[in-house]
Amino acid sequence: MELFTNQVLAGIATGAIYACMALAVVMIYQAIDHLNFAQGEMAMFSTFISWQLMQWGVSYWAAFVITLAFSFVAGIAIERILFKPLAKAPVLTNVAGFIALFAIINSSAGLIWDFTIKQYPTPFGSAPFLGSQLISTHQAGMIGVTVLLLLGLYFFFQYTRIGLAMRAAASVPESARLVGINTSWMIALGWGMATAIGSIAGMLIAPVVFLEPNMMGGVLIYGFAAAVLGGLSSPFGAVVGGFLVGVFENLAGTYIPGVGNELKLPIALALIISVLVVKPAGLFGRQIVKRV
Amino acid sequence: MTTLLNVKDLRAYYGQVQALHGLSFSLNEGSLTTLLGANGAGKTTTLRAICNMVRSTGGIEFDGKPLNNRSTESIVRFGIAHVPQGRGTFTNMTVEENLQLGAITRKDSAGIVSDIERMYAHFPVLKQRHTQQAGTLSGGEQQMLAVARALMLRPRLMLLDEPSFGLAPLVVRDLFGILGKINREDKVSILVVEQNAQLALELADQAYVIETGRIVMSGNAKDIANNEEIRKSYLGY
Repeated sequence: MELFTNQVLAGIATGAIYACMALAVVMIYQAIDHLNFAQGEMAMFSTFISWQLMQWGVSYWAAFVITLAFSFVAGIAIERILFKPLAKAPVLTNVAGFIALFAIINSSAGLIWDFTIKQYPTPFGSAPFLGSQLISTHQAGMIGVTVLLLLGLYFFFQYTRIGLAMRAAASVPESARLVGINTSWMIALGWGMATAIGSIAGMLIAPVVFLEPNMMGGVLIYGFAAAVLGGLSSPFGAVVGGFLVGVFENLAGTYIPGVGNELKLPIALALIISVLVVKPAGLFGRQIVKRV
Repeated sequence: MTTLLNVKDLRAYYGQVQALHGLSFSLNEGSLTTLLGANGAGKTTTLRAICNMVRSTGGIEFDGKPLNNRSTESIVRFGIAHVPQGRGTFTNMTVEENLQLGAITRKDSAGIVSDIERMYAHFPVLKQRHTQQAGTLSGGEQQMLAVARALMLRPRLMLLDEPSFGLAPLVVRDLFGILGKINREDKVSILVVEQNAQLALELADQAYVIETGRIVMSGNAKDIANNEEIRKSYLGY
């Protein structure tokens, strides 16, 4: 029983990271109808920025905040420079754009910081949380930061005018323009926020997976699995999907014989395929009907 | 009377296809003008061209200022509210959020709150449903919501694209009654595109008839309604 509880709690902790990545992916998907394959690399690059700042002597939380601001601006810049011109381009052109972005960021990080694995600090410490053996303080910190982030985002989208405008621009762009919303900038703002959310995921998971240019590969696949499971059209679903995938991954690794650590990633892919076959809209997504 | 909207030699294109062929008309401040014509005559395109939602050439002046080459969202800020065909409801948001979105360019939060109450007085059914998802409203209720959303801008000019479409006759009577009241009491100029010519002519003071992208008839709404020849050849009743 203790093993079970332990695995569930650890699953919730990594699930928090998947939830952040899934949320970032869904935010961009809602805005431009494409999956951002480079979301993980963007998060990785941000994490390197925070690491570099700490190497220069900046304290953890100051580096955290500076990195958030950097990621926000960088996300907006990427949208303005690369994806705004591609807005009316075919799907494959956009996919090529995302893959190019992936390769550029990955190689740049390798060039600047090389591919050796680096330690990344945790501000929470790794002692048992409140003396319990079930979960570490860092894992509790991951959950805590994510919950705060989600509450903040909920408040932003539900109760601020700019949040309302962003939702309107994502759901019915033409009507949004007709009430005077600059939808193009709302998309850019969505990119900035998604990039900042991804950077939080990167900084929280880095002490666990260690810092290197390929650190987010697996994490992003889990993020995609979470987004697909929850429904690509539902930010709430993406978050729930993130936590579910985290717990499922751990339980499968522990209890299904032969899965262990090595086959955890194929499980995420199997999950993506199963959801797409059985319930393409996901748990909370709306069926997308196109009039032809 | 001063001219609020002046359209000169308007030509509009969908890709290679030309939909408007040099259309000119004007609308006086405070008037309720209707644009009539058959399916495909170019009524919707005219409204879309005014808001720069379709590629067009020619002159469009609002209150003496040219609107050409401005983005749709900046044209709205001149005080032009467009109720599009199909109503453009934000279906996954609540009725009240839809109304707030109508006023999203305004800064006076107290005025917005009182205007929402004013809309609820105009359309009591919206008050009953204010926390409901707008997509769950009936067609008539969504049309009222669309008109209310447009009014939340405190527009000087409201463009309405076939407000009667798909509504029961009684609901249409109601809606047109309210439009007349808004025009008289709130001094909002209205340009309404309609297929239901009889009803639109009863409501309007000015009327234009479009055929294949050109104005073929214009004048006082009553004169046009009383002219049997025009009625028979262009309006079909």
